[in-house]
Amino acid sequence: MKLLIEILRQADAVSAPYRQTIAFEAQPEDTVATLLTELNTADGLCDTNGKPVGTIHWQCSCLQKKCGSCAMRINGVPRLACDVKLGECKNGKLLLEPLRKFPTVRDLIVDRSVMMENLKAIHNWLEQHAHHSQKAADLSYDASRCLQCGCCLEVCPNFCADGSFYGAAAFVPVSRVLSQLTKDKPQELSALYKKNIYGGCSKSLSCHAICPAEIDVEQKLANSNAVAVWKRYFK
Amino acid sequence: MSIMIIGAGLAGLSAALTLAEQGTACTLVSAQASERAQSVMAEGGINAALNTMGEDDSVANHVADTMRGGVFLADPNAVRGLCAGAPAIVEKFYALGVPFSTNQNGIIQRNFGGQKKKRTAFVKSSTGKMLMTALIDEVRKYEVRGLVKRLPHHRLNTLHIENNTCRGVTVTDTFSGQNITLSGSVILACGGMSGLFEGLTTGTTQNTAEVAALCLEQGVELANLEMIQYHPTTIGISGKRLLITEAARGEGGRLFVNRSGKPWYFMEEKYPELKNLMPRDVVSAEMVAVTARDDCEKQVWLDMTGIKKKVWQSRLSDLRAQVMHYLAIDPQRQPVPVSPGIHYFMGGIRTDAAHRTSCKNLYAAGECACQYHGANRLGGNSLLGAVYGGKTAAQTVLQEAQPIDPIAPCADIYREASPRFRAAVSNILGRYLKILRCESELLQAQSELNALEPSAQNAAEARLLRLAQATVQCALLRRESRGAHRRTDYPDTDPACQKQTVVNRTNVFYRDIPKETE
Repeated sequence: MKLLIEILRQADAVSAPYRQTIAFEAQPEDTVATLLTELNTADGLCDTNGKPVGTIHWQCSCLQKKCGSCAMRINGVPRLACDVKLGECKNGKLLLEPLRKFPTVRDLIVDRSVMMENLKAIHNWLEQHAHHSQKAADLSYDASRCLQCGCCLEVCPNFCADGSFYGAAAFVPVSRVLSQLTKDKPQELSALYKKNIYGGCSKSLSCHAICPAEIDVEQKLANSNAVAVWKRYFK
Repeated sequence: MSIMIIGAGLAGLSAALTLAEQGTACTLVSAQASERAQSVMAEGGINAALNTMGEDDSVANHVADTMRGGVFLADPNAVRGLCAGAPAIVEKFYALGVPFSTNQNGIIQRNFGGQKKKRTAFVKSSTGKMLMTALIDEVRKYEVRGLVKRLPHHRLNTLHIENNTCRGVTVTDTFSGQNITLSGSVILACGGMSGLFEGLTTGTTQNTAEVAALCLEQGVELANLEMIQYHPTTIGISGKRLLITEAARGEGGRLFVNRSGKPWYFMEEKYPELKNLMPRDVVSAEMVAVTARDDCEKQVWLDMTGIKKKVWQSRLSDLRAQVMHYLAIDPQRQPVPVSPGIHYFMGGIRTDAAHRTSCKNLYAAGECACQYHGANRLGGNSLLGAVYGGKTAAQTVLQEAQPIDPIAPCADIYREASPRFRAAVSNILGRYLKILRCESELLQAQSELNALEPSAQNAAEARLLRLAQATVQCALLRRESRGAHRRTDYPDTDPACQKQTVVNRTNVFYRDIPKETE
């Protein structure tokens, strides 16, 4: 298939971004991740204005939806590059942009370290041995699948990188820990949850629909609220 | 004391946690966040003789299966430590909240390849991701307490080695390009050498093999590089090989090939005891053999249609979702076409049972290290080896680390091999380091690699090429067939070759395997 690829590029964190368009013959069954690999190994690739393309910087790792590394805006929607097949591109056009909620490092690479910093700030860990129950096991499994890709934060109307609301990238992992706490040994996590998640969520649940791991995000929010706010621990 | 860990997957995190629990600080360096490490992709489970399945399992059984699976090429003392330490590791992960499947006897265990007992603890087929999530959360506690300092988005630039003693590292921030030079002891936990076979493995693009290449260049010994595991059940998808976990066969999946128009369940006929769950080297070689026969079709199929619906829901739902997404095949209803693909590197940086490398003050753990798996790794032993290896390396460092004088900052610009050069190397190795090998093809590989030398544009490309050449040299040296190394010109296992192949800057040679101690 003939593909017209527009990429929002940026040489480094402080340079001005610019758009570059590349015409390329691609296979509809290939993913955006494979396309980017091919573009970076193509001989003498030039854009539609005849300017050399050079290396397009992007991040990837597993290439099969298990690590969240390759999250970017694909045709305006935050998705994983390894998840999107080129055949999905309507009218043979593909628009690639970095996620907007995080500082751009270079081309399609953004600095998502705020997600890890927020999980530190909210104290997301167990201070005691986990309390296991069947209900908690199912929830823990699903919550533990979170990729920390950032797609949920990209569509969240309440999250901004320097704000006090941490979003689904925090409350999904937090729900795992909360589900394994017991009433007699509460943790500071609950109070921090109320401050940094419960108090800032407007329940748009746009995070639920966008999650590339298809985690039941809404359920994680409800269960976390039950434990942290209403003290209804898993038995 | 100052300690740096290079790599923040399961082995690196295990090392960091071990140090932190002892009140010792470390710097944890990784190219990307821990959530992107290859450890999250491990699927089927983690082995430990918990003996919860009423099969009289024991540590001795685990040792015997691991040694036999590795065709007696592993250090028996290291394997004994690994297997003895396994139950406590699985119990610890349970305490950290990993939602292992359980019954009234405790943690449920499933069948896995090359093992005569149910010994593999699991969480559906996402075990690696579950272990990683729990471990990341636990290490975070010590990050906040100041005992684990992370340097994310940093790559190893240089190992500072003088007189065969490592004095520290220089790492480069891939975001800013700035270097940081740190003196102290170093634990390498940077994963296998998938970067030698780009696009041809089930692994991540982040396991670039550049650290192994750097070690070789700087005089650190590597071992058993020819031992490259081809997993029997993989499928080519866009840009890589997709793994179909061994758990599929552990739960009842059957391999067949159409012979004279009828399905032939060749593994069940040839190996009536372990059937489809023979060690991976055996299954992959049998798949090559049956598809080469005139009376058989060229495609082997994995039939999972006989697995009960309840098992699919409770133990394999994630596998089904993955196959349906990438292949548009419902494995519950129709067989899946599979073929062997590169999955694991048993060889790597040579370590002793305490995870010391040949270089003083430098340690290695996880898939980057040559330890535990001999000529063929058993499924379920990689997660275990990573956790136990990281822990053991850290314990050794705690015993041995000495203060080291600060080293001068290093301004060398970080260089990496270009995608095109990597592709050229991978193309050669992929064509010649197959499941079946012979001298003439290996010499051809050597010749083609030598011809690439003039096109290496920087030091990173030159040393990657040298690593590729060393891998072929190891395969040439081993004139026998053993485990993952199958030579058509030397089809038998030779007791005289029950040794490690070792390669350093100038030589490739055999080294004796340590004798078993009491």
